[in-house]
Amino acid sequence: MNPAPTEPLNSVDEAGLSPPLLLEGRGITKSFPGVKALKGVDLKLSPGEVLAVIGENGAGKSTLMKILAGVQSHDEGELRIDGQPVRFSGVEDALGNGIALIHQELNLADNLDVAANIFLGREPRRFGLMNTSLMHAQASDWLQKVGLRVPPETIVGHLTIGHQQLVEIAKALSVNARVLIMDEPTSSLSQHETEQLFAVIRDLSAKGVAIVYISHRLGEVKALAHRVTVLRDGENAGSIEKQDIHHDQMVRLMVGRDVSQYYALKERQTGEVIMKVEGLRTPHAPEHALHFELRSGEIVGVAGLVGAGRTEMLQTLFGVAPAVGGSMWVAGRSFTPQSAAQAIECGLALVPEDRKQQGLILEMAIKENMSLASLRRDQRRGFLDFGSEQDIADRMIADMRIKTPSDMQQAQYLSGGNQQKVVLGKWLAMKPRILLLDEPTRGIDVGAKQDIYRLMEKLAEQGVAILFVSSEMEEIIGMSDRALIMHEGRLAGGLPRAELSEQSVMQLATGGDRP
Amino acid sequence: MKKIYGITGIFMVVFILTALMSSSFLTPYNMERLILRTSLFGIISIGVGFVIITSGIDLSIGSVICLIGCGLPWLLTKLSLSMPIAILVVLLATLMIGLLHGLLITKLKLQPFVVTLCGLLMYRGLTRGFTGDQTQGFGQVFKELRWLGEGRVALPGIPLETFGLPVPFFILVLVAILASIFLNRTIYGRYLLALGRNEQAARYSGIHTDKMIVLAYLICAGLAGLGGVLFILDVNSAQPVDFGNFYELYAIAAAVLGGCSLRGGQGTILGVVIGAALMQVLRNMITLVDWIPTHIEYAVIGAVILVGVVADEVVKRVASSRQIAASRQ
Ligand SMILES: Nc1ncnc2c1ncn2[C@@H]1O[C@H](COP(=O)(O)OP(=O)(O)OP(=O)(O)O)[C@@H](O)[C@H]1O
Ligand SMILES: [Mg+2]
Repeated sequence: MNPAPTEPLNSVDEAGLSPPLLLEGRGITKSFPGVKALKGVDLKLSPGEVLAVIGENGAGKSTLMKILAGVQSHDEGELRIDGQPVRFSGVEDALGNGIALIHQELNLADNLDVAANIFLGREPRRFGLMNTSLMHAQASDWLQKVGLRVPPETIVGHLTIGHQQLVEIAKALSVNARVLIMDEPTSSLSQHETEQLFAVIRDLSAKGVAIVYISHRLGEVKALAHRVTVLRDGENAGSIEKQDIHHDQMVRLMVGRDVSQYYALKERQTGEVIMKVEGLRTPHAPEHALHFELRSGEIVGVAGLVGAGRTEMLQTLFGVAPAVGGSMWVAGRSFTPQSAAQAIECGLALVPEDRKQQGLILEMAIKENMSLASLRRDQRRGFLDFGSEQDIADRMIADMRIKTPSDMQQAQYLSGGNQQKVVLGKWLAMKPRILLLDEPTRGIDVGAKQDIYRLMEKLAEQGVAILFVSSEMEEIIGMSDRALIMHEGRLAGGLPRAELSEQSVMQLATGGDRP
Repeated sequence: MKKIYGITGIFMVVFILTALMSSSFLTPYNMERLILRTSLFGIISIGVGFVIITSGIDLSIGSVICLIGCGLPWLLTKLSLSMPIAILVVLLATLMIGLLHGLLITKLKLQPFVVTLCGLLMYRGLTRGFTGDQTQGFGQVFKELRWLGEGRVALPGIPLETFGLPVPFFILVLVAILASIFLNRTIYGRYLLALGRNEQAARYSGIHTDKMIVLAYLICAGLAGLGGVLFILDVNSAQPVDFGNFYELYAIAAAVLGGCSLRGGQGTILGVVIGAALMQVLRNMITLVDWIPTHIEYAVIGAVILVGVVADEVVKRVASSRQIAASRQ
């Protein structure tokens, strides 16, 4: 449906020698304390091209993008725009050259409204004052482009993560960039929002905007990219042209080995009921009472559209958003969850959706993050048990293959996927009986994803009950013994594995009747 | 540990400079006074350090010192309460204050700055009210109590007439050791450091963040109260109108110099104590060195704090760029 960008790609410039490159990086290197993140990476980008950059967690993708967008400076190597060498002094400078970056982690001012965030630092003015009405009008246009239907006056902090991500995208679009870099833009979007974004990307590409697209979802890459560049350990591991983009080929270049057998789909023996939710009401949707049971050794997926109240349900089960009614029964104890401490005592653990705000203390060491939830259990009459803290860190870093120079590295300096592994490790160290996971594989590379699936299966075999929220249909269908589907704050129904299919899940998720 | 190198260096430089510029600086009497003042300010600075670690602030310390420092002699002399009762009243008062601050901040979500600013105004006003703005002191009675503030302990080989370590110094050492163990070795100290950085993530980890924050304000008010008692014992005569004025700022400055970040989650007890010592050496220098006019005291102190904070930042940057250079190989 879109004109293929082959024309600008293959056309030859005036001199008749080489195609005109919009952006080029040659031999880019970058070091951080204790880590050499990029070891001489090359990158080429033509106008109108959609270039996917893929690689394992910590391969250096985000670092490379930050350099292209002027957020960080490179140590060695050369950047060229339209063939001219450039060196950016900062983000402003890169923006001035038409390069905009949507960060992997959200970077919005929570306390400002959507319009103010979109135009932050570039507010339209009249007589030297901010022209709020014009700003809101223009913001509405951009919001419509990305398919976000909220008024531009909404305070960003009140939006879900998915919606905040759309605001980020609208913000990047609004600068009319020539090169638009998206670092895992879809990791918190629903399928519908993702499709909307794809339409926007194809449209931009047809208009000659070059897109750099980073994702761990290889299906998206195949659907979207004209070319794929693979990074491994800070080096170029290869490049794949459109016609050769296949899942296995991408994985091989990324990981250096074959990854097969994604979902085991083993029949599992489930034990007795260990958790009953009896009429629990969340503060998010107090008009709906939730009822369901979990058995030990069972993996239950929670599906639903963004905003269906899945995250809120987990938060209420875990006590961080205290229930406003109803009760919960866990292993012989009945209570209305009021605090995380109480839930932890009952053997629950929650790996939250937003790792930066809820999962990690970014400025603390990996080791200290991992032990934080276990401190109370492992205490020696109130004193820290440094030995067990070290054990947890050693074990988890090895088990989860966390890529870091040391366990004393601050969590903020890890790549996104490795941060996610730290959060997982922190909760696994608690040996929970009931594990609540909110988008557990967000931002995690294929290899590690498989590791996490195997881990979930292993835990289930040991009798842990797992309730996981996921927006990836594949994951819900591939991993669940049974799925719960939510729609607008209520449980719309449950489906056993035999009845799980994309259609049956979507039907319930969109408010339809049981198939 | 890296964080206190900078402040220790500045302290030594100022100390040596003062010794060179003034012949009376190193005299036993002056040293004794310096150690005493450092001990008193060190104690209250440790208190505010805990609050700053939770990313809060306590502006009421000076007024709490006034309330307790004037209140204790008033209870004893005006109301003729017995010593144990008076001490109990004073203790309860400080705990109430800490609890009040903590609950207002955690339950009503008021800002620490606002809550403790109101405290600053209220406690001093209150003290001036019940004392009728009269000077308060113990006179020549209450020997045992006064020993706490005025007592001196001889060092082996040095006659007590020449030099003795003030008793409050031992109190500081005790408080500092306990505080340091609490902060670095107990799970509660770790909780404070964690919630100071990211309260939400701490709560998601099962930490009772509200209780921990209240505890920090209790510690702060408690140590301010103890400071109030020791300060009044030292001067033995205090006017409610200005007793303890600005002490909160000295305490906050000491904590910040000692490596506590106002953004929370950061700080060492030893650093805070050295910060307090630096502040006192500075004040001492300004009084002793002839050519520094005494009335520019605040300007000098302000400038040194600024230099300290800047130096700290520079040291941090140099250290991290060294590490980067090392990992490039
Ligand atoms: N500011 C920093 N300080 C120290 N190390 C850093 C910093 N930023 C990145 N790193 C390290 O550089 C390496 C590359 O990180 P980067 O974020 O580019 O990975 P990535 O490919 O984007 O991974 P992911 O898929 O997990 O997002 C990692 O080992 C990371 O720990
Ligand atoms: Mg990344």
